[in-house]
Amino acid sequence: MQKKTKTTKTAPKPTKPTAEKPDSKLGELQTTRERKTVLMQGNEAVAYGALDAGCDFFAGYPITPSTEIAEILALELPKRGGVFVQMEDEIASICAITGASLAGAKSLTATSGPGFSLMQEGIGFARITETPCVVVNVQRVGPSTGMPTSCAQGEIQQSRWGSHGDSPAIVLYPDSVKECYELTIRAVNLAEKYRTCVILLLDEVLGHMREAVSLPDMANVRVISRIKPTVPPHWYKHYDKNQKYLSPLASYGEGYRFHVTGLTHDQLGFPTNKVTEAAEMMDRLRKKITYNIRDLVQIESYQMEDAKIAIFAAGIVARAAKAAVAMARLEGIPVGLLRPLTIWPFPDEAVRKMLRDVDIVVVPELNQGQLVREIQRLVKDRSDSKLIKIQRVNGQLISPQDILSTMKEGM
Amino acid sequence: MTNYEIRLSGSGGQGLILAGIILGRAAVLDKRRVTQTQSYGPESRGGSSRADVIISDQEIYFPEATSFDCLLALTQEACDKYLFDLRENGILIIDTTYVKNLALAAENTYELPFTEIAIEKLGSPISTNILSLAFLVKVTGIVKESSLKQSISESVKPAFVDLNLKAMKLGFELAAKYQK
Repeated sequence: MQKKTKTTKTAPKPTKPTAEKPDSKLGELQTTRERKTVLMQGNEAVAYGALDAGCDFFAGYPITPSTEIAEILALELPKRGGVFVQMEDEIASICAITGASLAGAKSLTATSGPGFSLMQEGIGFARITETPCVVVNVQRVGPSTGMPTSCAQGEIQQSRWGSHGDSPAIVLYPDSVKECYELTIRAVNLAEKYRTCVILLLDEVLGHMREAVSLPDMANVRVISRIKPTVPPHWYKHYDKNQKYLSPLASYGEGYRFHVTGLTHDQLGFPTNKVTEAAEMMDRLRKKITYNIRDLVQIESYQMEDAKIAIFAAGIVARAAKAAVAMARLEGIPVGLLRPLTIWPFPDEAVRKMLRDVDIVVVPELNQGQLVREIQRLVKDRSDSKLIKIQRVNGQLISPQDILSTMKEGM
Repeated sequence: MTNYEIRLSGSGGQGLILAGIILGRAAVLDKRRVTQTQSYGPESRGGSSRADVIISDQEIYFPEATSFDCLLALTQEACDKYLFDLRENGILIIDTTYVKNLALAAENTYELPFTEIAIEKLGSPISTNILSLAFLVKVTGIVKESSLKQSISESVKPAFVDLNLKAMKLGFELAAKYQK
């Protein structure tokens, strides 16, 4: 029988003012921010989402259009006993949040295109070491420094394939300020649950946009934290293969010994070149995502019931698409919208259903064809469906009128 | 569609984004739905700058103003660029300190040298944004005057509340006089 040993319950123990009670954190959060309807920016909502999800460590390097996230957390984290570190660059930032997470913190960073590129190796390290963390990428026009204050969706494929080696990704994509808050909490929760680096993609316009929102009471916020080991320290395996794909996670400083390396490793964390162990590790990384598609994938289906035309769009473009649907419906055109809130893993099942149900699919996006690649991958078995692409990379948004007129031309 | 779309346009440093936020907060106080977006260059002063505010009682899908019910233009460049997207019967408000030519005569045009008035009556051009915003609010009636007042008080630094409330009052007075 396994003997339960007492270990520290929840790990994050950053420096706190001594007078403060250990669990005064949530109470304070509730009182300091009034939960009434306020005009809030997308980036602000991300910062408050992170705090409400229990994040207590942020390391980052400020970059437009994500800076407000760092700005707010720099003010708020220390008040709550958390840690804010401005790093020398984005490589250091991703490494710092990975390290903090191994020490028990719920950690995140926020960046934009150039910084996101620098973080790619670190994201792979977090994935192979199965360390929970969140990277927020507020996308701007690229390549390189591009147009810092203009909107683009250039990292849809990079967020999936940007880090080398073949590992699956979890990437979430909100379309409103309220959803920025909700999906930040979800990103932190999924990172903790699946022990991986979760990416939250925002559009520049959404990061900077303000909307009237009322955030839920803390009582209604569902927070998931990593499972802690209950075995004695000498029985602990950092990547326990008997624990399916979601094994408990000890933190440094709790009496558990474990080895962390970016090399392919066995279940204790030590490097291995054995083909069986390498295959086991890679399987584990893949299966924890593919076996849980239903838990991971979220989509919004808007007026799709009787639709003959479907618009498939994510983020801010989906807002234009929704307006286009409303306008088209007024003219009697049966249009609907399918919007992924999780873009990776890709919602294959929902898209296949959409392709079965409609005659025309319109894919507007602020890049040169990244979402539409996935539709094309799935459309193969039905060549009679018509695909209309709307792509723009000049920093301007695609408007509802743009979608409506292009759709009509292609009908 | 009952969205009321407002574009505040001019150049960076004129405080248009702050004006947009203040208008947005006032709409929240009126318990209405609102989105506020903005566009500006990487520089903090100069370059073109604009803030869009959409106020509605329904869910607002697309957050950028595409056909304006009201356009405020504080520079010639902004006026030239956006005038043609003003809705028929839309309200145009221009600062004649900088806008010298109108490419199109809009039906409801309000012309005042806001910047000059701010310098003369308030001692500096710094509150031109609030002066013209208050004028806009009085002319359009899009938010309650009391909400605008509260929003200004909550949005600007304490040291500048008095100056901005003075600018607001002046804006209301100018609008009342203009409408007579």
